[in-house]
Amino acid sequence: MHKKDLQRTPLYDIHRRYKAKMVPFAGWEMPVQYSGIIDEHKTVRTAAGLFDVSHMGEIFITGEKALEAVQLLITNDAAKVDVNQALYSPMCYEDGGVVDDLLVYKFSDRQFMLVVNAANREKDLQWMRERVGSLAEVEDRSGETSLLALQGPLAQTILQKLTPVDLDTLKYFWFTEGRVNGIDCVISRTGYTGEDGFELFVSGEQVVELWEALMTAGKELGLKPAGLGARDTLRLEASLPLYGHELSAEISPLQAGLKRFVKFDKETFIGKEALLKEYEEGVSQKLVGFEMVDRGIPRSRYLLFDIDGNELGIVSSGSFAPSLNKNIGLGFIKNIGMQPGDELMVGIRGKHLKARLVKRPFYARKK
Amino acid sequence: MIPKNLKYSKEHEWVKEENGIVRVGITDYAQEALGDVVFVELPEVGDSFAAGEAFGSVESVKAVSDCYMPVSGTVKTVNEALLESPELVNEDPYGKGWMIEIEPDNKEELEELMSAAEYEEYLATLEEGDE
Repeated sequence: MHKKDLQRTPLYDIHRRYKAKMVPFAGWEMPVQYSGIIDEHKTVRTAAGLFDVSHMGEIFITGEKALEAVQLLITNDAAKVDVNQALYSPMCYEDGGVVDDLLVYKFSDRQFMLVVNAANREKDLQWMRERVGSLAEVEDRSGETSLLALQGPLAQTILQKLTPVDLDTLKYFWFTEGRVNGIDCVISRTGYTGEDGFELFVSGEQVVELWEALMTAGKELGLKPAGLGARDTLRLEASLPLYGHELSAEISPLQAGLKRFVKFDKETFIGKEALLKEYEEGVSQKLVGFEMVDRGIPRSRYLLFDIDGNELGIVSSGSFAPSLNKNIGLGFIKNIGMQPGDELMVGIRGKHLKARLVKRPFYARKK
Repeated sequence: MIPKNLKYSKEHEWVKEENGIVRVGITDYAQEALGDVVFVELPEVGDSFAAGEAFGSVESVKAVSDCYMPVSGTVKTVNEALLESPELVNEDPYGKGWMIEIEPDNKEELEELMSAAEYEEYLATLEEGDE
């Protein structure tokens, strides 16, 4: 895609001012880094980082049968969440492959917001209209909605300075409508970094003001802007799946280790039959985490082998992990009962280098 | 930051000739474009490469990038400090971040490399293409 065809978030000029390196991502021109990926990553783990994730899509499902529509689309159980609660779920095709993974926000019995990946927004919209358009209204509000993620152990302290909402009472995966620096927001205690934090949905017209207010409030606490590069290393350490890597039309949620988000006790959902069959027969491949023993960095699509050189599978994501000071990866291997501690080899540019399976997540914050 | 006393390749390596030995590294522009360098792969002492051939690689958090021989030659020394401290490539690309020292096969190849002024012009053409 040519650079002139890329979309820009309302924060584009701000990113330039903060000396971001801008890159094309999912049709958007987005900041990949500011001070440096490692610095931003460590800042999120020890203080807080502010991410512009306005490229994410917000699709509203509205109507008397909104719950029925959502229940049909997702594998998790939206009937179990209350108003003001959020839920993570895959959204599957009939064959069990994944259309997208998303967050479901319940605004009322008749209105849900689905937050989807930027790269999948149009495909998702089409899929939802096709499958549940007759049950409920499917409305894309991505264009007018911006999204900031304030993530890190000091996120609450920073946000509390600017909002009358008592954040102590806002639990993980709950949200509320409230003001931040006088600006109407949906304040959600969610994130994609493995740290405590908040995501703030706000009108595109007010996101610049909100960003500046947060940066000012967080300055003395070490808040820094953070880009998509750090977002990726943070989510990888926390072993959170990324669509296109750990999930795709060819990879089922069961293979990706997301069984707990697939509720077979639900009466029906798209993909149930195929997933139930796969569950009963056993998955052919499964997601594992590994760390390098030899010197080398695993990267997406490198092949995995057993110690005798037989092909086992493929790397889905890999990187240097700044908080662990190790080179780590996620990958899919044949389901042959390998366990954490077992050794395998990664094909890295012509060489087989040793790695070891480890328990996921690689990183978990102290609660 | 383009030191005047070095020569440069289009692949953003710099070379410094001293007493018949040529020291090679990557330029400030290259390290800036890569971002945080977290891994450097270097050749063995005694390996020979033709000009333009990959002699090693540098990896940032996001990407792998090959390093190319600016001139043909045989590797005499490698900067082993980079194995433990790859960040030296970012911190001091023209100094402690050097990569290898080679004995060139043909010193005339050095003449084909760019001067600091020429490299600066070359970078300006790249940045124009960027906009």
